[in-house]
Amino acid sequence: MLHNWKTSLLFLFLSGLILLFIVAPLAGMFLQTTGAQYAETLADEEVLRSMRLTLLSSLMGVIIFGMAAIPLAYVLARKQFPGKGLVNGLVDLPVVIPHSAAGIALLGVISRGTWVGQAGEAAGIPFVGGMAGIVVAMAFVSIPFLINAARDGFEAVPEKLEKAALNLGASPWRVFFTISLPLARRHVLTGLTMMWARGLSEFGAVVIIAYHPMVTPVLIWERFASFGLAYARPVAAVFVIVCLIVFVLMRLLAGKQVASRHSEE
Amino acid sequence: MNSSTPIEHPVLQMQNLSVRFRSFALEDISLDVRQGDYLALLGVSGAGKTVLLEALAGLVKPAQGRILLNGKDITRDKVQGRGIGLVYQDLSLFPHLTAYKNIAYPMRRRAFTGNELHARVDELARLVEVTHLLDRFPGTLSGGEAQRVALARTLAADPQVLLLDEPLSNLDVKLKGELRSVLRNIHRSGKTIIHVTHDFMEAATLANMVAVVENGRLIQHGNPEEVFRHPRNEFVARFSGIKNLFPCRVEEYSADQGLHAAYVNDMVSIYYIGRDGHKHGYVMVPQEDIIVSENPVESSAINQLQGVIREAYLSGSGMELVVDTGVPFVVAVSRQSQEKMKLQPGKEVWLSFKAAAVRFMDS
Repeated sequence: MLHNWKTSLLFLFLSGLILLFIVAPLAGMFLQTTGAQYAETLADEEVLRSMRLTLLSSLMGVIIFGMAAIPLAYVLARKQFPGKGLVNGLVDLPVVIPHSAAGIALLGVISRGTWVGQAGEAAGIPFVGGMAGIVVAMAFVSIPFLINAARDGFEAVPEKLEKAALNLGASPWRVFFTISLPLARRHVLTGLTMMWARGLSEFGAVVIIAYHPMVTPVLIWERFASFGLAYARPVAAVFVIVCLIVFVLMRLLAGKQVASRHSEE
Repeated sequence: MNSSTPIEHPVLQMQNLSVRFRSFALEDISLDVRQGDYLALLGVSGAGKTVLLEALAGLVKPAQGRILLNGKDITRDKVQGRGIGLVYQDLSLFPHLTAYKNIAYPMRRRAFTGNELHARVDELARLVEVTHLLDRFPGTLSGGEAQRVALARTLAADPQVLLLDEPLSNLDVKLKGELRSVLRNIHRSGKTIIHVTHDFMEAATLANMVAVVENGRLIQHGNPEEVFRHPRNEFVARFSGIKNLFPCRVEEYSADQGLHAAYVNDMVSIYYIGRDGHKHGYVMVPQEDIIVSENPVESSAINQLQGVIREAYLSGSGMELVVDTGVPFVVAVSRQSQEKMKLQPGKEVWLSFKAAAVRFMDS
């Protein structure tokens, strides 16, 4: 496609620029943070507590909401029904609306005045100002990533394999768990990872539902607002590194399973 | 044409069955399949034969009509537990499971102990000769190997009727021969089989019943001999190469050239070029490869048969002659030749054709 060297050069230049655009701010953040600051931050109980809360809340969101999201993704991949386009659009809604607005909208459902909120209080899991609220907020904004990836995965599984399994006497339930889900595994795992990663980076929706307990994105914001850039940067740098490590590990894990299956084949 | 004789009562009945699916439509199919039958469902590709199989298996809902299995209406029954096993043309092996696990898939662990399951997989693997492939994944199997695994997997569900969608279509000649013997073994083990194909040779050498489908309708059914010798219309007649199909006994004639002699009725010998190792089979001589002459001709054609014309009739733009050489040959000639050579019933003629033109199929 790139026939002459001028075009090639231009494309190369623009590509480099964009990569720099992504990498430079992050690299700057890491480099401007001193070793002492890293050590101090890693010893800061408040930071550690917030990171545990963040990672765990996002994970719980993935586990609880993912359970229902995967069947939905399957239905969207397999079934034809009127209004399917609308449903597909609805699924993407959390991605396109401002996340603070998402937080406000969620608050209308789970605040103490609503029956959902009251039921939560009664059960000892308050949403507003509680971990449950954080989980809900994170799941709300991140669930499209899982649904879309899983739907793509299920669509890629030939329907004939499911028919063949039915013909061999398997129940639809068994077909799903032994054929559809294993064959869509790679997409589903990617979706789960994406949902988890997106959830733990959420600020806007979370801060409206639960300023406290403080997730790390909120903590970074608070330190920036109260003490300035120099105080916020080390926390930001450490959190980004932790996220990257976990993200890379999960990608490797997912990739390895897929790779081992391919080598078997 | 097959050794195992079916018991008379119908195991599967289609009653005025209509199936519509996208561009395919099958209308008003009524057909009985008896216990132990090997039915070949013949038709050109895209005639909706696959959809009919899916309807029988319950994967597509018929628009009209009924399907009975052992007299019980199963038209609206669920796919599972119908007792009808379908092997798709593309086989649909599960790519993430080994051949062993594919075969074991229909056998719920609940119903089998570990040992029983293992023994059953082993037995099926031996029947289709894939014992050495059980640890392999479908992606690493050749077409013929995958076909066998798919057969074993469907048999593992122990269906009362086995539906095969073009099982030989993606295989080379050698593998076709091998798989035909596997299919015969399965049939001999007592399975009722419906085999969809567009190849009349396949139909004639495997099945004891054939049914011909054209434009979504069942035009003719009966035993292969009957259908091919007395085609009900032009479409059935188009499978006419089958007219010169004879069961035969084989003897090697000249090893270095691969030349074999096939004895039909122990009277007429037909030479063909083929592989060793078969004692019995079928030979087929395509009509268009047979030359008719009044006297024996000096030519490279090794097969020279003398016979008497029994019948002469119009066929399409030309004539067809039935020549009795000890066995009846059907040959095509143009009307000009027929007039010029005065090819009338009672006249003696010679038929000649090359050994290379003769097709052989084992049995």
